[in-house]
Amino acid sequence: MNYELVAGLETHVELSTKTKIFCQCTTEFGGDPNTHCCPICLGMPGTLPKLNKKVVEYAVKAGLATNCKIRNVSKMDRKNYTYPDLPKAYQISQFDQPICYDGYIKLSSGKNIRINRIHIEEDAGKLIHERGDTYIDYNRGGVPLVEIVTEPDFRSVDEVLEYLEKLRLIMKYIGVSDVKMQEGSLRCDVNISVRKKGEDRLGTRTEIKNMNSLNFIAKAMEYEFERHVDILESGGVIEQETRRYDSDLNITESMRDKEDVDDYRYFRDPDLVNIIVTEEEISKLRGELPQLPDEKMDIFINEYGLPREDAELLIKYKKIAEYFEEASRDIKNKKLVSNYILSQVFRRMPTDSGKEECAVSLPPKYFGDLISLLENKKINSSMASQALEKMLDTGKPVSEFISQKDMEGIDEGTLREICQRAVAENKEAVESYLGGKEKAFGAIIGYIMKVTKGKADPQKAGDIVKEIIKSS
Amino acid sequence: MSKLRDLQRLLETKEISCVELTEKYLDNIERQNKTINAYVRVTAEEALETAKKVDERIAAGEKLMPLEGIPMSLKDNISTKGIETTCCSKMLQGYYPIYDATVWQTLKKQNAVLLGKTNMDEFAMGSSCETSIYGVTLNPNNTDHVAGGSSGGAAASVAGNMAVFGIGSDTGGSIRQPASFCGLVGLKPTYGTVSRYGLIAYASSLDQIGPITGSVEDAAIIYDCLSAYDPKDSTSVGSKTTTHDKLKDSIKGMKIGIIDEFFDGINKDVKTSLEEAIRVYEDAGVQMVHLKMPGLNAVLPVYFIIACAEASSNLGRYDGIRYGHKTDTYKDIDEMIRKTRNEGFGKEVQRRILLGTYALSSGQYDAYYKKAQNLRYSIIRDFKKIFESCDIILTPSVPVTAYKKGEALIDPIEIYMMDICTIPANIAGLPAVSVPCGFDKNKLPVGMQLIGNNFEDYKVLNAAYQFEKLTKGSYLSPEVEI
Repeated sequence: MNYELVAGLETHVELSTKTKIFCQCTTEFGGDPNTHCCPICLGMPGTLPKLNKKVVEYAVKAGLATNCKIRNVSKMDRKNYTYPDLPKAYQISQFDQPICYDGYIKLSSGKNIRINRIHIEEDAGKLIHERGDTYIDYNRGGVPLVEIVTEPDFRSVDEVLEYLEKLRLIMKYIGVSDVKMQEGSLRCDVNISVRKKGEDRLGTRTEIKNMNSLNFIAKAMEYEFERHVDILESGGVIEQETRRYDSDLNITESMRDKEDVDDYRYFRDPDLVNIIVTEEEISKLRGELPQLPDEKMDIFINEYGLPREDAELLIKYKKIAEYFEEASRDIKNKKLVSNYILSQVFRRMPTDSGKEECAVSLPPKYFGDLISLLENKKINSSMASQALEKMLDTGKPVSEFISQKDMEGIDEGTLREICQRAVAENKEAVESYLGGKEKAFGAIIGYIMKVTKGKADPQKAGDIVKEIIKSS
Repeated sequence: MSKLRDLQRLLETKEISCVELTEKYLDNIERQNKTINAYVRVTAEEALETAKKVDERIAAGEKLMPLEGIPMSLKDNISTKGIETTCCSKMLQGYYPIYDATVWQTLKKQNAVLLGKTNMDEFAMGSSCETSIYGVTLNPNNTDHVAGGSSGGAAASVAGNMAVFGIGSDTGGSIRQPASFCGLVGLKPTYGTVSRYGLIAYASSLDQIGPITGSVEDAAIIYDCLSAYDPKDSTSVGSKTTTHDKLKDSIKGMKIGIIDEFFDGINKDVKTSLEEAIRVYEDAGVQMVHLKMPGLNAVLPVYFIIACAEASSNLGRYDGIRYGHKTDTYKDIDEMIRKTRNEGFGKEVQRRILLGTYALSSGQYDAYYKKAQNLRYSIIRDFKKIFESCDIILTPSVPVTAYKKGEALIDPIEIYMMDICTIPANIAGLPAVSVPCGFDKNKLPVGMQLIGNNFEDYKVLNAAYQFEKLTKGSYLSPEVEI
């Protein structure tokens, strides 16, 4: 295939402010239809919007976290269009002076995806089609959004997916959005065009609107890419248009319900005054930003010595990453902590949302205490993992499960006796081991661990057993 | 000279009870409203209820609040919870707001007695109340003539002794022009001093609420009550000074600007009255400063483009889905909205929506809306400069006196032109008052407009008050007989 995909993204992220962008209504998801509404978000005649300051703060944070410049003075504009879910017949948005502009997100390949702009706007309500009737739920109307618009910098579906994962993570880390795709708090429009490899000119683009699943985005893009290539290969022309993805049929289709080109008749909203963000406010907000995923990644890999895959798994879930940091605060061998989290803790959280919540009742401090004993060889790994299971069950400290006496372990003389007994009573295993079956050795150690109730240091026991076998 | 204070004195000395006072006004409405058509809705029950409350407070020896117990009217574009509010449009018939406008909330708290909602041009678009779905409002001074508009009902309610004061709104002269036509005082305050929350928008950047009264002092008292910062209105700043305590300040040495362009082509009788008014001021030691404002000819197109553009967006919400008029039969949502709007809006409103939509459309934006905005800034700069050499500006309120019934409908462009004197204050957000200053040969009132610098509402009211005093109130509407 000598065609190249070119794509740009417009991502809508619902901000998690407590109240809506222009009124005091709650932004909570769900609720009975039209119960999170007031005269203002219903656009009743005579009402006026009042911009929620938190929305501006969140948008600025989103901009700073994606390396954007922040406009000190910006304004809100009206985007006029008629649709039943938009009660004022205009959406208050930002047209030519977005609050953030000129940023980027770096992909793991080192490539930057340039962000053209981030602007603030209000969400619309929702149409519900039921038994041939259409109902309107305005609960979502007036929920604050930022729209993050990239340049057409994507050259593959994988880049788009990585960008979205990164974007999601950043928004999550800086606490401006829950970014729950299934609740629609992150939605994407993808602009796609194709061109022959090596060409500079952009092809005619189509826009696939309003997708809220990474899986669908990938499928829709793949479909749309093939469609463009097929048209071009057969000598056709791509029509610039808006399309929707049908996940049941796995196709994209033209949204021809709007006959003519939209003219939104943007103009400054006369009901709202300038948005002023001073340099002091910007630096204050910058100071409030937490460590971002990329910085964490760098520290986890380069300072803590974690393998990249492990670091990625921890960082993917903000709360897990924080748990790890807490638990490993006094531990030199950070990987030890990471290993136990990625195995025993993760096993208890099979789903993504579970990991997202990181519902561990065990305080990270207790977790660290346990690993500290292991690191200082007070206990061995098998004791550690047994104790950890109980600790995770109960949330209690290690002292509840491992006594001082247990930690003293077994003196060398006793261990040697037990090893000798092990060799004597596992003749078959010894034979096999001598015959070249490495695995058989494990059975001998297993026997020792069983007899010592896990207290023996398997490493040490192994050394002694080898010595005995060799000398016999 | 305050009807408002006089009446409160009568209430406080128990010469008349608030219920009796209210009943008198309701009687006046009963007798006259059929002819004048000032009110489109009378709220007698609510009025008497408030009046009773006021009487109880008086009986308990409570001190009256500044507007307490005063029978008044509200223009039908000010939202009143539970009281139908239609903007005198078919589109909003049957619409009962679920919240109160801030202005109405303030008046309510003061126990002002609401007698009803007054007639207006549909969505405040017009200058004779003839675009109202409820028909024209006639001028109590002469019923062959209109009361003006768009706050024609508000003015007629006061001129016809059917209210002590009326609250109106002014986008291009809608308070001052009817006040001028009816021989009343009409104040358009500085943009941002009185909250717009709950005022059903025509053109948001120009709309301003204000009083129509029988005297300057009343206007000042009401302005002082209504001008306050409102957190619900982002463009609200409130007032920086009160006005009532400055009415009596001497105007000796005050500089009044006379801009020749405002006097071009005005009616002869209007001109004579204004010349007389200027003499009154000069005799009082006011200095007249003659100035030029060549940008004035841009004012009308700037106003119509901006007002219509904003209106086209503000009125987009009337789609029949949530409230107001909805067409009977339709095959889909698009047809429903189209038919609803076609039936619900009158001709003038449709004309302005189309004009505004065109001015904002992508091919035309730069040529119209953007250009109008730039010109607006240059007009604002012109005024800034003018106020460097004078305190206030004196102009006619309207180049003519009240139109004959039906006259305004014949040539809309001609009538648009008549707003030339009032529009500049809206474009620049300036305070302006219309004060009666004479009569034409048919005994129709003539109005003089005083325009002030931003937030200097007190200066225009001070000058207006002194004029009223110097002329012994001889141009005011006749007093109410109680």
